[in-house]
Amino acid sequence: MDEIIKVENLTHTYGEGTPFCRSAVEHMDFAVRRGELLGLIGHTGSGKSTLIQHLNGLLKPTEGRVLLDGKDIWAEPKKIRDVRFRVGLVFQYPEYQLFEETVYKDIAFGPANMGLRGEELDRRIREAARFAGLDEGLLDKSPFALSGGQKRRVAIAGVIAMEPEVLVLDEPSAGLDPRGREELLEHIRAYHRERGNTVVLVSHSMEEIARYADRIVVLAHGRALMDGTPREVFSRAAELVRAGLDVPQTTRIAMELQKRGLPIDPAVYTVEELARALLALKKGGGRGC
Amino acid sequence: MLKDITLGQYFPGNTLAHRLDPRTKLLAVVCYIVAIFSCHSAWAYGAAALTLIVSARVSKVGAKALLRGLRPVLFIIAFTAVLNLFYTPGEVLWTWWVLRITREGARTAVAMMARITLLITGTFLLTYTTSPIRLTDGLESLLNPLKKLRVPVHELAMMMSIALRFIPTLIEETDKIMSAQKARGADFESGSLLRRAKALIPLLVPLFISAFRRADELATAMECRCYHGGEGRTKLHVLRFAARDYLVLAFYVALAAAIIVLD
Repeated sequence: MDEIIKVENLTHTYGEGTPFCRSAVEHMDFAVRRGELLGLIGHTGSGKSTLIQHLNGLLKPTEGRVLLDGKDIWAEPKKIRDVRFRVGLVFQYPEYQLFEETVYKDIAFGPANMGLRGEELDRRIREAARFAGLDEGLLDKSPFALSGGQKRRVAIAGVIAMEPEVLVLDEPSAGLDPRGREELLEHIRAYHRERGNTVVLVSHSMEEIARYADRIVVLAHGRALMDGTPREVFSRAAELVRAGLDVPQTTRIAMELQKRGLPIDPAVYTVEELARALLALKKGGGRGC
Repeated sequence: MLKDITLGQYFPGNTLAHRLDPRTKLLAVVCYIVAIFSCHSAWAYGAAALTLIVSARVSKVGAKALLRGLRPVLFIIAFTAVLNLFYTPGEVLWTWWVLRITREGARTAVAMMARITLLITGTFLLTYTTSPIRLTDGLESLLNPLKKLRVPVHELAMMMSIALRFIPTLIEETDKIMSAQKARGADFESGSLLRRAKALIPLLVPLFISAFRRADELATAMECRCYHGGEGRTKLHVLRFAARDYLVLAFYVALAAAIIVLD
C-alpha cells in the first residue's frame, strides 16, 4: 500500500521566543497509507492534536515536512486551501462550529467554499448527510434545534461533503453516550468501506481504536512510540501500561490471567476474542477460576 | 496568533511589587498618572521615568515585556507626535512646502510621546504584577464608599472579574472555531473589506452562541453555590495594608506632589 500522507522529522514548537515555549511534537516520522483506517492514540498532551493540524496545513511545521501524495504541502503556501479540501479535518466537539440557519446550508459551507454549486453541491450534501446518519427530514431544520449527537453528525457531514481523500476525526465520539458512540463509529466505518477512502481516527479510548482500526500508531511525549496492527500493538500491552496508556479492558483481563499462570495470549482486544480464548481454556481442562 | 495579545496579562512572581496590596498599587498608579500629566520640564519627566524603571526592576518584569505592551498603541503615539510636531504654532525651525516644524511643536511632540509611553508602561506594570482577581478586589474595596450613593460596586467588580477571567477562554475558543472553519475552506485573510466582514459570520455566530451558553452555565453554577450578590459576602483573602504599602504609597504621593508643586 502506498503512503498518501508522509510526515518527515516533524517538530512543532509553540510560543517560540517567549518564556512559554514548548515543543508539542518532536522529530516525528509518521505515515498514513492509502485506503486504511488508521487509529491514532495517545493521552492528553501526547501531541495528537498538534500532529493532525499539520496534516491539512492548519499549522506550519517548525521543522520537517508534510508530504501529501509525495508533494510538500507547503511548497506553494498560497494553495494551502486546496490541501484542506483534500484532507478533511473534523475537530474535537465539532458541534460548536455550526453557524448556519439550516442543517443543509451548514453542510454546504465546505463544498461551497470549494466553488461547487447546483446539482453537484446538492448531491454531496445529501450523500454526506446519509453517511453521517442524518435523516433527510433534518436538513431543513436549524442546527441549533438538534440534540448534541445530531449536531455532531451535522458537523461531520460538513467535512465529508468536501469529499476529502483523507478524513481525519479528532475524538469523534467524545462526550456521547455508549449507544451514540457506537452508532457514530459504525457510520464512519461504513463510510470507510463504501468509499474506500482513507480515514484517520484519533482517540484515547483503546477499546474504540482496537475495534475499528486496521493499524494503530501510539503517540507518547510528541513521538510515535509504536506502529502496527492492533494485535501487534496490544501484544506489547505491558509497554503501553508503562507509557501511561490504557489498554482495552479485555487485554487487561487476559494480562491478569496470564500473570496468575493461565496459558492465555494477552493480545486479545475484543470481547468476542476474549470469550473465545476463555472458552478454549475451559475446554482444555485447565484449572477453574 | 491571537495568543500574542498581552492586554492585562499577569506574570506570576513573588517580588515586593507582587506582594503589595492591590489598593496600594492602584492608588500609586493614579498618583503616577497625575504626576505624568503635571510634568512640564525635562527633570520631571526624568524623575517619572526613573521611578518607572526602578519599579520595573523591583518587580522583575523585563523591559522587553513592558515595551511589548506598547505595540498596539504605537500608531496612536506616532499619530499624536506627528500632529503636535507640525501643527503647533511658535518659533519656526524648519519649513518645506506646507509642512512647518516649530520649536514648541518639537517640544510637545517629544513630551507627548514620553507621556503616553510612561502612562501605558506604568499601567502595564500594574497588570503584570497583579492578578486580575486581586485587582478587582482592590478596586471593589477602593470604590466601597460609593455604595452609599447606590452605585452597585460589588456587582461591577464581579462583572469585571468574570470578564477578565473569560478573556483567555474566549480567545482560545476563537482560535479553535477559526481553525475549524478554515478546515472547511473558510478564508479570513483575503478579499475585499466586505468579503472579509462576511467571512467573519461563521466565526462570530458560534462564538456568541458559546458565550451565551457559558454565561448561562456560570450563572447556574453560581446560584448553586448560593451566590446572591455582595450583601453579607465575606472574603477568603482579606486585604490589609502593611508597612511596605504605606511606604510605597507615601513615595508616590510625594512624587506627584513634588512634580505639581515644583514644576
